[in-house]
Amino acid sequence: MKFPGRIRLPDGWTASAIAAAALVVVPIAAILFQALKPSGEIMGHLASTMLPRLVLNTVILTGGVAILTSLIGVSLAWLTAVCEFPGRRALSWLLLLPMAVPAYVMAFTFLGLMDFSGPVYRILTDAGLPAPSDPRSVWGVILVMSLCLYPYVYLLSRSAFLSMGIRSMEAARSLGASPLSAFFRVALPMARPWIAGGVMLVIMEVLADFGAVSIFNYDTFTTAIYKAWFGFFSLSAAAKLSGILVVLALSVLLAEQKMRSEMRFTSMGKEQSDSDRFVLTGTWKFAALFYTGAVLAVAFIIPVGQLVMWCVSSFAQEFDKGYWSDLGHTVLLGALAAGLVCTAALVLSYTARLHPRSMVRHLVQTSTLGYALPGTVLAVGIVIPSAGIDNLLASITGFLGIPMPPAIQGTVPVMLAAYMVRFMAVGFNPVDSAMHRVTKNIDETARTLGARGIGLLRRVYVPILRGGILTAGVLVFVDVMKEMPITLMTRPFGIDTLAVKIFELTSEGEWHRAALPAVTLVLAGLIPVALLTRLSEMTPRRRKTDG
Amino acid sequence: MKKTLTLSVIFLLMLAAALPGHLLAEELVIYSARNEHLIEPLFEKYEKETGVSIQFRTDNAGALIQRLIAEGGRSRADILITVDAGNLWYAAQQGLFYPVASQVLEANIPSHLRDPGNRWFGLSVRARTIVYSTERVDPGNLSTYQALGDPQWKDRLVLRTSKKVYNQSLVAMLISERGVKESEKIVRSWVDNLSSAPYSSDTKVMEAILARKGDVGIVNTYYYGRLLRDKPDLPLALYWPDQSGAGVHINVSGAGVLSTSSHKLRAVHFLEWLSSPEAQKVFAEANMEYPATPGIDTHPIVNSWGTFRASTMNLAQAGELQTEAIKLMDRADYR
Repeated sequence: MKFPGRIRLPDGWTASAIAAAALVVVPIAAILFQALKPSGEIMGHLASTMLPRLVLNTVILTGGVAILTSLIGVSLAWLTAVCEFPGRRALSWLLLLPMAVPAYVMAFTFLGLMDFSGPVYRILTDAGLPAPSDPRSVWGVILVMSLCLYPYVYLLSRSAFLSMGIRSMEAARSLGASPLSAFFRVALPMARPWIAGGVMLVIMEVLADFGAVSIFNYDTFTTAIYKAWFGFFSLSAAAKLSGILVVLALSVLLAEQKMRSEMRFTSMGKEQSDSDRFVLTGTWKFAALFYTGAVLAVAFIIPVGQLVMWCVSSFAQEFDKGYWSDLGHTVLLGALAAGLVCTAALVLSYTARLHPRSMVRHLVQTSTLGYALPGTVLAVGIVIPSAGIDNLLASITGFLGIPMPPAIQGTVPVMLAAYMVRFMAVGFNPVDSAMHRVTKNIDETARTLGARGIGLLRRVYVPILRGGILTAGVLVFVDVMKEMPITLMTRPFGIDTLAVKIFELTSEGEWHRAALPAVTLVLAGLIPVALLTRLSEMTPRRRKTDG
Repeated sequence: MKKTLTLSVIFLLMLAAALPGHLLAEELVIYSARNEHLIEPLFEKYEKETGVSIQFRTDNAGALIQRLIAEGGRSRADILITVDAGNLWYAAQQGLFYPVASQVLEANIPSHLRDPGNRWFGLSVRARTIVYSTERVDPGNLSTYQALGDPQWKDRLVLRTSKKVYNQSLVAMLISERGVKESEKIVRSWVDNLSSAPYSSDTKVMEAILARKGDVGIVNTYYYGRLLRDKPDLPLALYWPDQSGAGVHINVSGAGVLSTSSHKLRAVHFLEWLSSPEAQKVFAEANMEYPATPGIDTHPIVNSWGTFRASTMNLAQAGELQTEAIKLMDRADYR
């Protein structure tokens, strides 16, 4: 509180943080409110017949995917950010591509390739070899989900390794540490907040997933929520189960926050540049290329190749003028939502920084919970209050004698607000991880030079956080493009997207016809990914000329 | 003076622009859980014939029903179209549908395919029947749904997950015929006979039989039709069970007029039109289903499966007993 700006500033920031958090909390509260309604004996039935298995299944799946995505994501990030091997530059962005493949599309494609209807089975049995076992196992689900979710961990930990002071690595090595022990004893601990942030996103995504697990017929909390709602027709029982999910997500968040608060970051160091990389030689060079290439092949090239093949057979039927408008809507909504979420994430993260030990931090964390709820449940949470506002408005204007059509529902702003509720965590984690790296003395120096408020944020923070903000923007953009239930529920009449098209075709099992919109989603995901790579590769080079 | 005139013209124009379109043109707003590509051709046909403009939104049934409940009296929607009698029953239960007194609908739609209170009407019929491998099964050994639990089908039966509403309705109808106790025994005997864990779709069930993962299964007819359309020499065939008993289990896709609709007459007219022979043919053929109105030609592929005796139990029962059915399947460990 030494600086005059600090006393005035918090009010505005806190207010906007409260507003953003409220936006997110209202739909969740609307759902939890449903849980208060009686749900008869349905909960008792679920508890006695299914709950133990559901909990166990959910824990195994979440744990398995968290471990596998960390292994894949961190190892790939280390190789592409710190080492040098042939193909590294291209692979460093190609490895992000699986992110654009929705998990349910990956699940369907994986089973199409691996089970009895697919080529692997046919080749093996034709050759007289024993048929492979049923791929619909717990390992299958873990693998499929990890393959589409590892990019979250990869992207965040890569940006940590890139921006990590190379000096600390040099110091470690000059003290006699081998590259490997430098990795485990210096780089890994320093990158922990990023890795944790990425794994957090992965965990929340797994908790919320319905599409992929139902293709595997693997029962989790989400499938039970759907069963309670669509089978037992009890939104109340579904809301109670969702409540448990929210608590689960909240405890994961708190654990991560506690872990993070035990760390201190004081050095920005020098950013990674090409000349500082460990140049891999001999066997290591090929091993690195083989490993990264194999991940890319399994997670992207093979499934997308299969999709393209399906796509060819249905191309004439699906490629019409509606296709271009769907694509246009998809990209536009993705870009608008990405801009909004990044702005909000920046404000929230900055506010939390101004109030490091207050309720504000918890408030801000709460605003990321929308990511852990199954999309359809959250979509209902959004419709309830927005319909409520419309009904209120209508009864006011009706009292004045003016008929009024619904003014809130089915408009693009509500749709964007809904995306914000859903994807705040996706934007917040990268921005906040980057924020943790800005040292206190940078603020202090900036303030003594007279920068404060928006000016401080814009002129000092935004440039430093650029990598984090870009990461957030890309993740949100791609996620919004893939998003299905909220888009279905909140879209205005006539606004269709690629995800809506996929829903239409897959809900009655016409998977092959859905290949064209699915492949397009993946290709549209290339744009922001390529953009991000260009921008993030530019940073170190410019720094070098500056220095 | 001129300025005032200009200003008032601008004001009037803005007012006109602000007036919602649906107050000016004849419009119908439809919420549909039946897929866009199956219903849009019919909407376009109706628009062309009558000049009424149709706006629609598609989503899954549960989400649409919850949305209608939230919108309450202010909803712009006039009609809800959905698949599965259970969903129609639930929407009626929630008071969403308006009872329609229409001689046309009552004449066109048989009574077991509509709500006893005329709140919803089935518009197309799908049969959930037995599919078998023509290479490994003698249809003479098949008889009823219940008999799929016989020891001869041990490790030969393939089923879709119990989470799919089609199976929930099937078991609900079993319960209404035979009671909970006997139905549970039947479902348990099915589970005992399964050759592998239940699959996520009817298509996978048939692919599993083709890959010799099992020999018999239960599927909706149109999924079989789709497979047959792509591969006419498919070594699979349909069997119509329970022909001397209750008949083949059927389900519907259907619609009702919403009680909050402010264009009820227009909405009823549209439903009546959907029940007309011309619309029924398009409605059913689009998805290789059976028309709800008797005596209308079916798709040539559907024709080739021959005729069968369908269950005439009122489909509202499937909705009423759905909860009981799911609980039963949970107890029987049918996943």
